[in-house]
Parts: sequence; C-alpha cells; structure tokens
Amino acid sequence: MDLASAQVIGAGLAAIGVGVAAAGVGNVFGSFLQGALRNPAAAPGQSVTMYIGFAAAELLGLIAFAVAMIILYAR
Amino acid sequence: MTAGPKIDPMHQFTIAPVGGDALTGSPFAFTNSSLWMLAVLAVICIFMIGGLQRRLVPGRWQVAVESLTGFVEHITQSSIGPEGRRFMPWVFTAFVFILFANWLGAMPFAVVPGGHPFTVTSQFTVTGFMSVLSFAIVLGVGFWKHGLHFFSLFVPKGAPLLIKIFIAPIELISFMVRPFSLGLRPFVAMFAGHILLDVFGNFIVQGLNAGTTLGYGVSILCFIFVAAVSALELLVGAIQAFVFALLTAIYINDAVNLH
Repeated sequence: MDLASAQVIGAGLAAIGVGVAAAGVGNVFGSFLQGALRNPAAAPGQSVTMYIGFAAAELLGLIAFAVAMIILYAR
Repeated sequence: MTAGPKIDPMHQFTIAPVGGDALTGSPFAFTNSSLWMLAVLAVICIFMIGGLQRRLVPGRWQVAVESLTGFVEHITQSSIGPEGRRFMPWVFTAFVFILFANWLGAMPFAVVPGGHPFTVTSQFTVTGFMSVLSFAIVLGVGFWKHGLHFFSLFVPKGAPLLIKIFIAPIELISFMVRPFSLGLRPFVAMFAGHILLDVFGNFIVQGLNAGTTLGYGVSILCFIFVAAVSALELLVGAIQAFVFALLTAIYINDAVNLH
C-alpha cells in the first residue's frame, strides 16, 4: 500500500473519534435535560456546569479531527 | 456523468497580501486576515458606540449592548465572584471578538462578485494567541496574588500523601494543556464548519453542471443542507465564544481564589 492510500485510510479511522465525541456531547445535553425536567427550579444554576462538560466532551472530538487533518496532510 | 474539478476546501483559508505592494520586501504584510480583523473591529465599534447611550428608557440598540455587557458580567461574577469585575475587560474583549469574527466570517459576502469573507478565528495563530494571553493572565494573577503558594493549585486538599504524589503531576499536565485546548476549540469549530460548507457548496455547483435530473435533485438537497448548516454555524460561533469566555473566567477563578 502506498503512502497516499494509507494516509486516507488513517484519516478516515481517526474521524471515528469525532462520531464518538458526538455521542458524548449528546449524552451531556441529554442527561442535563433529564435532570432539568425532573427539577426545573434547579436547572438554571447548573447550566454553567453543563457547558463545561460540553466543552470537555467536544474537545476530544476536535482533537480527533485535528489528528485526522494532521494525518491527511502530513508529508 | 463527468467528474467536476477537484474540490479544494483548504483554499478558503489561504492568507494572501491585499492592497498593493507598498509593503513588498518588508517582513510585514497587510493580508486578508488583517483586513477582516479591521472589519470585525469596525463592526464592534459601530455596535458598541451606537448603543452606549445613557437613556433612562433604553431603545432597542441600547438594550442589545447592555444585554451583551450584562451577559459577560454575569459570566465573570458567577465564576470569579466579586473580584470578577477586574477581569471583565479581557473576558469581554475575547468574547466579543470571537463572536463577531465567527459571525462575520459566516456572512454570505461572496454574493457580491469578488467578495470573499475570511473567518479570522479559523487560523490557530489568532485563537492560540488569545488563549496564550488568557493563560498569561492566569499565571500573572496567580503568582502576583499568592506567590509560590500558587503551586498548591496542583495538590488536592485533604488527600492522603500517596494520592497527592500521583495526582500532582496529572494536575500539572492538565494545567499545561489548557492554553492549547482553549485555543484549539474555537479554531477547529470554525475550520471544520467552513470545510463542510465549502464541500457541499461545491456539490451544488457540480450537480447543476451535470445537467441531469439526478444532478438537480442532489443540488437542491445540498442547498437545503448548506442553508441548515449555515444556521448551525451561527449557533456554533456563539457557543464557542461563550465557552471561551466561560473557561477563561473559570481559569482566572482558579488563580484568584486558590481552592
């Protein structure tokens, strides 16, 4: 297998991480909504915590994207 | 069906000098990035100055500006506390700059022939520099206020000694990664979104060029998709600006109120 095809395959494999991070972000918002619907009065105070969790979960997906780009355009 | 020209989604991020060759030979250049930074600055100035009136019954514009400043003040107050007011200028600057740069870059200026929007925040140099500045403020405030006690940030309070030995290096690494992760987030969000828009925008043109019924169908579907993703881009731009401001405030809180 030549380098170019290996790069494309590797970038595609690295992009799986983005999908997994999508599940993580969905989990953050979904769990927040579940809790917020049970106790709506307490929800506004926790939205900052939710966004921190969102940022942490999203970051891993973004790192996966960055890795995919590095693999794809590495020479 | 003929294959269209190769899609090159990276071309939109090219930085090229604009405005003649007055600066030829010097290491400095007035690039399209500089131009759009100035445009962002101009829009922010018009928006802020237009709304900075002291009417007792505020108009729409004044309410918009006041809700923006109030929003950022709420971020700093809720995360840092009463001392947060001192750090509001930087948090506000970062928030407003990232927000307006994201939104201006997503505007459809290309409908004007020759017009070409450039998203300033799609370059890691810009967002990375802003995150390094945030990190420098955290370090400066931490060492200024607490001296060498600042290093106790890495040691969890009340833990057994054995745990402290293991946790401290992990905390140190997670602290050192902060400027990287803080700058990477707005950069990649804009970068990935604009690549997506570019690729599907090319699909519209290639579908029209194919001239078949299938091609027109693909074009219409892609157009709807691009319109939806553009709306999502506006939301993502706002969320990323908010997250940058929020994390900056939280990191400063670590330095101001040590544990």
